[in-house]
Amino acid sequence: MAERVLMKGNEVLGEAAIIAGCRFYFGYPITPQNEVPAYFAARMPKVGGTFIQAESEAAAINMVFGAAAAGARAMTSSSSPGISLKMEGISYLSGAELPAVVVNMMRGGPGLGNIAGAQGDYFQAVKGGGHGDYRCIVLAPASVQELADLTVKAFDLADEYRMVVMILGDGFVGQMSEPVVLPEPTGRTFDKSSWALTGAAGRETHLVASIRLNPEDALEKLNVHLQEKYRAVERREVLFEETQVGDAEYLIAGFGLSARIARSAVTTLRRAGVKAGLFRPITLWPFPSAELRRAAQGKRKVLVVEMNAGQMVEDVRLAVNGSVPVDFLGRLGGITPQVDEIVERVRSYAGA
Amino acid sequence: MPALEEKLVYGRPASLVDRPTHYCPGCGHGIIHKLLAQAIDELGVRERTILIAPVGCSVLAYYYLAVDGIEAAHGRAPAVATGLKRVLPDRVVISYQGDGDLLAIGMGETVHAANRGEKITVVFVNNAIYGMTGGQMAPTTLQAQRTKTSPYGRIPAEAGYPIRACELLNTLEAPYYIERCAVNTVKNTLRAKRAILKALRYQVEGKGYSFVEVLSMCPTGWGVEPREAAAWVGEAMVPWFPLGTLRDRGGEA
Amino acid sequence: MSRGRTEIDRERCKGCALCVGACPEKILALSKDQFNTQGLPFAQCFDPDRCTACQSCAIICPDAAIRVMRLVAVGEG
Repeated sequence: MAERVLMKGNEVLGEAAIIAGCRFYFGYPITPQNEVPAYFAARMPKVGGTFIQAESEAAAINMVFGAAAAGARAMTSSSSPGISLKMEGISYLSGAELPAVVVNMMRGGPGLGNIAGAQGDYFQAVKGGGHGDYRCIVLAPASVQELADLTVKAFDLADEYRMVVMILGDGFVGQMSEPVVLPEPTGRTFDKSSWALTGAAGRETHLVASIRLNPEDALEKLNVHLQEKYRAVERREVLFEETQVGDAEYLIAGFGLSARIARSAVTTLRRAGVKAGLFRPITLWPFPSAELRRAAQGKRKVLVVEMNAGQMVEDVRLAVNGSVPVDFLGRLGGITPQVDEIVERVRSYAGA
Repeated sequence: MPALEEKLVYGRPASLVDRPTHYCPGCGHGIIHKLLAQAIDELGVRERTILIAPVGCSVLAYYYLAVDGIEAAHGRAPAVATGLKRVLPDRVVISYQGDGDLLAIGMGETVHAANRGEKITVVFVNNAIYGMTGGQMAPTTLQAQRTKTSPYGRIPAEAGYPIRACELLNTLEAPYYIERCAVNTVKNTLRAKRAILKALRYQVEGKGYSFVEVLSMCPTGWGVEPREAAAWVGEAMVPWFPLGTLRDRGGEA
Repeated sequence: MSRGRTEIDRERCKGCALCVGACPEKILALSKDQFNTQGLPFAQCFDPDRCTACQSCAIICPDAAIRVMRLVAVGEG
């Protein structure tokens, strides 16, 4: 029986990355993820890895760019304003098809905001944030255990698809301490010898770049290739969780902490005789659209609960495509929704 | 009269790809690429060199040198170099950058890679202008020099003074070798070649951060013929950006 | 009697004339009525007998368009 340890999310993130074979972390302090660089600063030297506190979040993502180009598993983390600074680098990583793991422990925004956990960066993570037609695989953990497991998975996904995988935590999951079973390494390996920069010894030179000037359709070809890749990811990598959906009349949808609070609301509602269920996307991109549409079929209403002004709700509306009415409950500026609020809203649908 | 034969004494270096470049006639990039290729050949490190190209006229530099290449976002090359060198410490990592890349948008990355003493070589091509985007003011544009964004000349009260990169980095403890040279004359170019060779050799020997600034011509940006541009480097640039070795911990001449 | 010979690749030459300025013997000039396929004039040596194989032209050439040969006694490596 594997050992359970009590660990803080931000620290288990570090340990899971090391378990996954990541030996290069570049970061910068910003609340609420400061424990991440601190953990790596202490742990990396012990495992023969490299930790650099970069001069900025922009510098850090570009160090990841270089390390990834050299074929290494590399990671950076930050929180909302710092992730904004990384957007250029994420676009470049995407265009150059380099694997990388980026962690956002979201905080209240916009602007400097506050240091409370929030979910205001869904659009930034899922719809772009950086320039151009690119996608990141976006993973939304709802517990410290899930954060650990998804971190290990993130490195495999990044290497397999040569993409940025973003772990989108509301700041809480980084701060919470919960019992965890540290994941095992997956043992998957990826051959990067066809593209990694290691010096052109005994082979043609390799080039890592996202610029395509000639011929005039070279950039279109790159984009078509990227889109084909993204379609493959959509077919294969969707993750979600359903709780008591089958016989539910009202479906609540949420990610991360919102979903955890909503799950408590489902329990409370069921005890009161209201048939509620929970649909929790775990991959925010690729979004479980087909699965959500199926889950919502025949329901009276879908309530989307988020810690923002309404971001994932747009993808929910797209998924159900008018077949079921969709309502929204959001708290802003780093405030968490309460179980009671959610319960009351759903009861109001039932006329209670 | 003894029989004579011809011996090739100057040819194309092997690491310089045999293709026409997109650079303007008289552009210093071509000379500096050639010197880099010569140094790479002389040290025998072509197969373990990685070149980081900047954003600027030399954005396609990796087409001209037969080494692994990577494009960096504007100003980020020293950070990219850091990532590469930390993963592959025994490779020769060269960050090749222009004025804006190194001293404007990339100032933070430039100073901090130097401050950390990253064991990389930075080649700074200083032509006192932003060439690729059509000739705007650079951090190294001289006072009274007219550019598209300093049409009345660089006015210090508005735009400050040209930045001396070598002197700036020379305030830091970690850098191992800092030299400024030029490619406007044959004599200066030979000196530049020696500096670039030394900088790369220090990296091969694992000595530390090496920085070579090369004053270079931009005839198109400056609006003059190449020979006039070469003269202007000597007359106008060198007085503000003096040539010479600012630091050489290896202590050689 | 020349001590050297230059080979200037007229297609690679962009007619920048830096070599013309650098040559200490002043024996290089841009072509007057000839142009390469890029439409540019190219450098030529008009008095090869005075070439000393100093390599100034090749050193300053931004396009590596010039090869310099030195005349040496046979066997003198």
